[in-house]
Amino acid sequence: MFELRVTGFGGQGVIRAGQIIGKALSLHGGKFATLTQAFGPEARGSSCSAQVVIDDVPVTYPYIRGTDGLVAMSQEGYTKYRHELRPGGLLIYERDLVVIDEPPGRRRFSIPATKFAEEIGMKMSANIVMVGFVGAVTGLVDIGVFEKTLPSMVPARFLEQNKRALAKGWEFGLAEVAAATKEAVR
Amino acid sequence: MAKADPQGVLTGAHYIDGDEACAEGAMAAGCRFIAGYPITPSTEVAERMAGRFPTMGGTFIQMEDELASMAAIIGACWGGTKSMTVTSGPGFSLMMENVGLAVMMETPLVVVNVQRGGPSTGLPTMPGQADMMQAKWGSHGDYEIIAVAPNSPQEAFDLTIEAFNLSERFRSPVFVMLDECVGHMTEKVVIPPADRIEVVPRFMYEGPPEKYLPYQVDGGRDGVPISPMLHAGMGARFHTTGLTHDHRGYPVMTPECHEQLLSRLVGKIRDHKDEIVHVVETDVEGADVVVLSYGISTRVAYGAVADAKRKGLKVGHVEMKIVWPLPETRILEIAAKVKGLVMVEMNLGQVVREVQRLVSGRCKVLLAGHYGGTVHDPKKVLSKIEEAAR
Repeated sequence: MFELRVTGFGGQGVIRAGQIIGKALSLHGGKFATLTQAFGPEARGSSCSAQVVIDDVPVTYPYIRGTDGLVAMSQEGYTKYRHELRPGGLLIYERDLVVIDEPPGRRRFSIPATKFAEEIGMKMSANIVMVGFVGAVTGLVDIGVFEKTLPSMVPARFLEQNKRALAKGWEFGLAEVAAATKEAVR
Repeated sequence: MAKADPQGVLTGAHYIDGDEACAEGAMAAGCRFIAGYPITPSTEVAERMAGRFPTMGGTFIQMEDELASMAAIIGACWGGTKSMTVTSGPGFSLMMENVGLAVMMETPLVVVNVQRGGPSTGLPTMPGQADMMQAKWGSHGDYEIIAVAPNSPQEAFDLTIEAFNLSERFRSPVFVMLDECVGHMTEKVVIPPADRIEVVPRFMYEGPPEKYLPYQVDGGRDGVPISPMLHAGMGARFHTTGLTHDHRGYPVMTPECHEQLLSRLVGKIRDHKDEIVHVVETDVEGADVVVLSYGISTRVAYGAVADAKRKGLKVGHVEMKIVWPLPETRILEIAAKVKGLVMVEMNLGQVVREVQRLVSGRCKVLLAGHYGGTVHDPKKVLSKIEEAAR
């Protein structure tokens, strides 16, 4: 079982990111993924988060009880949910938006997802950059699984930019993993 | 049984939430009219149908409130469509008067309640299962009702179809008792091809319209004592009312007529309670304790049952997909063989009281209840299983 939380502020597409990850795994990745979302009565649109429980067998308990992966797209999201990250859990964050304060030894990967999205010409695709990055650093599924999922989850006229965003996050993720491995070996 | 109209069936594998899956189930079952007033966490059901209806000739009306929503779907049903409304606790309360009207007029329709924490406006974005007795007895007067309780988006699809089918079979309102957790939970949902979906067509009158008597029950249909319907505009003049009425539909204010009508209204469901059962049983034979659950609470119960088994306890599980009417015969059979039953529900004791009344001391009946706002802690359910086993 892998329990993942994607958090950020409204408008960043964090729920969408969770949906894409869950859908990719459920429909094309041979896994079972249950997605729930947290929001208050007054706040559909402010701070929000998507929780995805991922397993090889059907998921029974619907909520996450600790995270194996925390994806923070905002400082508030990081501060609010950092405590539930398990000791061996993986912290993934938006490098330019989140300042972290973690004990040494915390497994972590960061990406300037928003900057990359701006370079692609569509700031809105920062969540898709992040999806590619999460895929690469967690090793949950191959990029092909996300590529199959994307057309049903983004508007057709923005599909090409989103594909580029996905690939950018994926490639950057692989490079970061390689660099981290090299560092560990040295 | 007939096959589903392919126009309403979105065949394929989808990653959608329980609300959306409920909407797809309704459309697959042939629902082409929905009236409602937005309320969290149910709004996505109407939103989905409003978006999809133009492709299949359906109608959505956003009403001024829930009283009107309920009235509109009764009218739409008599106008010839399969109809539904969707709401959450506060709106469910407002619908109750006209639920009684639908019962009295024997109007087949479906009411979806995506339950949230209550009373009053309570916890709009968080789950509850505390409207179960309101579903059973919320409108005034004596009546019987049918209610299904899905535990996943897939079941939200499947059981909404079942709800429509039961409504037509028994000419009665049927409730789909969802909750916020399932309503806003996204999972894989497989929608089969239309020719694999069975739908119960409306029981229609086929004689000369001028001779139509709206509540003349001759043979009924498939053993259920209901009369065939005619819709508005089909050439018959007839009267239907919330007042106690005779076979012509006219008010008759006598105790005899009231007894005759109510015995049929209540009996058409009560006498078929053993047919309306839909349970999924696991390891019930030889169990010392059997856990009863419905809706989202079944998924918490799975974990507690597995933990109890690891501790060496003999535990079975009965998931009730239809809660009302209660699967009385089966519960009594089980109660005769076990030390105890544990009812898992997200309230402070509702369906459990019906089970206790039924079981009448034949075995222990314990409640694993919960205030709502989130699902149970499985450890608390486990401790109730252990208590029942002692």
